[in-house]
Amino acid sequence: MADVPNDAPEHCPGTSSDQAGKSSACQGCPNQNICASGAAKAPDPAIEEIRQKLTSVKHKILVLSGKGGVGKSTFSAHLSHALASDDSKEIALLDVDICGPSIPKIMGLEGEQVHQSGSGWSPVYVEDNLAVMSIGFLLSSPDDAVIWRGPKKNGMIKQFLRDVDWGEVDYLIVDTPPGTSDEHLSIVQYLSGAGIDGAVIITTPQEVSLQDVRKEIRFCKKVKIPVIGVIENMSGFVCPKCKNTSQIFPPTTGGAQRMCEELNLPLLGRVPLDPRIGRSCDEGRSFLTEVPDSPAAVAYQNIIFPFFCSLKTLHLVYFSLFIYTDVISH
Amino acid sequence: MCACLSEKGSLAQVKHVVLVLSGKGGVGKSTITTELALALVHAGKKVGILDVDLCGPSIPRMLSVGKPEVHQCDAGWVPVYADPQQKLAIMSIGFLLEDSDEAVIWRGPKKTALIGQFVSDVAWGELDILLVDTPPGTSDEHLAVLENLRKHRVDGAVLVTTPQAVSTGDVRREITFCKKTAVKILGIVENMSGFVCPHCSECSNVFSKGGGEELAKLTGSVFLGSVPLDPLLTATLEEGRDFLQAFPESSTYTAISQIVNTVLSSLDA
Repeated sequence: MADVPNDAPEHCPGTSSDQAGKSSACQGCPNQNICASGAAKAPDPAIEEIRQKLTSVKHKILVLSGKGGVGKSTFSAHLSHALASDDSKEIALLDVDICGPSIPKIMGLEGEQVHQSGSGWSPVYVEDNLAVMSIGFLLSSPDDAVIWRGPKKNGMIKQFLRDVDWGEVDYLIVDTPPGTSDEHLSIVQYLSGAGIDGAVIITTPQEVSLQDVRKEIRFCKKVKIPVIGVIENMSGFVCPKCKNTSQIFPPTTGGAQRMCEELNLPLLGRVPLDPRIGRSCDEGRSFLTEVPDSPAAVAYQNIIFPFFCSLKTLHLVYFSLFIYTDVISH
Repeated sequence: MCACLSEKGSLAQVKHVVLVLSGKGGVGKSTITTELALALVHAGKKVGILDVDLCGPSIPRMLSVGKPEVHQCDAGWVPVYADPQQKLAIMSIGFLLEDSDEAVIWRGPKKTALIGQFVSDVAWGELDILLVDTPPGTSDEHLAVLENLRKHRVDGAVLVTTPQAVSTGDVRREITFCKKTAVKILGIVENMSGFVCPHCSECSNVFSKGGGEELAKLTGSVFLGSVPLDPLLTATLEEGRDFLQAFPESSTYTAISQIVNTVLSSLDA
């Protein structure tokens, strides 16, 4: 059964919820008895459908953060661009931020629409080997708000995974909204058959960010997603005039480095603030090609480089870098 | 000491309710909520903050209230007070978690249920203003807050953005949300609006420039003002200190004061 059936009342808790059939909203719903009996909670057949559909996708990587505005979409977009610079690779970028889809703008694809074919929805191609899907492509105006409760968002994510004709893909990068809620649970649930290779966690240096990111890391542990590592974004700002560095977002509790040491996770790198990053994102261009010599672009390239190795060696590479950095710093 | 519950409910003695919204994450909703609250307290008001960001509650740390226990009285849950004079009352899921690193991994219906309790079962008592800090988006939390506040008037919303288009693009959707749910937009704040280098005073537009004001013009909303990127503001929030008391000479203080005055005027109008 669909997570929120078409004939369900407005506050339907979702057929897979513990409250299915039992909440006050369920009174009078034609599905109430089915839900209350637990029959609706049988494993969603979509999980197997998605597993089959994604057999052509070699690697699936989530980009997560407990905190908003730290640069998840920026990293997802630029990781995708960098991986796609290898013409022999097919890259797919899936944006599951249903309420605030940033990927179309950052990828320069605003105004593009999704087409249906016999084999499903066609993603939007930004390069021959870089495909993108976002709810942004299904909205007719930039003012359109997606005012959906959890169950409806979950249904959309299911469709993105099951009904998009991704084709043969080397890397599927999944950009997520902040938090640990419906979107995150749904991605994990619907990919439980197909598998997730790992997650990259993005943070900024300050504790207000880290306190949310620790929760995200706990989430990963709970749902058994390997954490590839942590990136500290907005890590210092070099004044273009006097070249002094300011910590606009100060690492008052040791930043991502200390958090990674405490949690035994690799710190993949630190990316400084650069106004040109925001400008490139607003203009839908990759700053890796716009300003390749900027310290931020260099930091990104250093972070992304190990992804060109196979993911089997990725963990080994990062683990060795982690040990090396640890030895150097002592 | 907790407030008495009148027949009309726990918000009966709350004069004004203001939501702090943004379609975009990380623009400074909690920061602006905290600074608005502190400014209002300094202006002699009794203020409450309801933090409905269940996955990433930032308010407790920003106000340095630690992890006190939340008690019940006859009138409901007693809010946590940030000050001994009890001028600033707070409720956040942050107070209900035993382990502050524990993730709240809830789907929408469970979030909706807790927010309902936060609105209806907290003994707010007499308040001049209740500020509601929200997570980014237009989903369960936002709908839950509005549904539960239906019996009580919502005076309006302050929308927070940063200057760049990736941010204003999401805030446009939040404006649509407000129009569809009949929430009055009190105005737009542009946060992180320029950085003045402390070494040479050069101003850098780290997150672009002017987008907040353009958005206000485009949508016919009031532009409440710009708040600069200020490492002193970030540092005091990290430490849970009162920025307005610590740095009253700063341009950030001036910006925040102007925003507060405009919001107060529109509430009293």
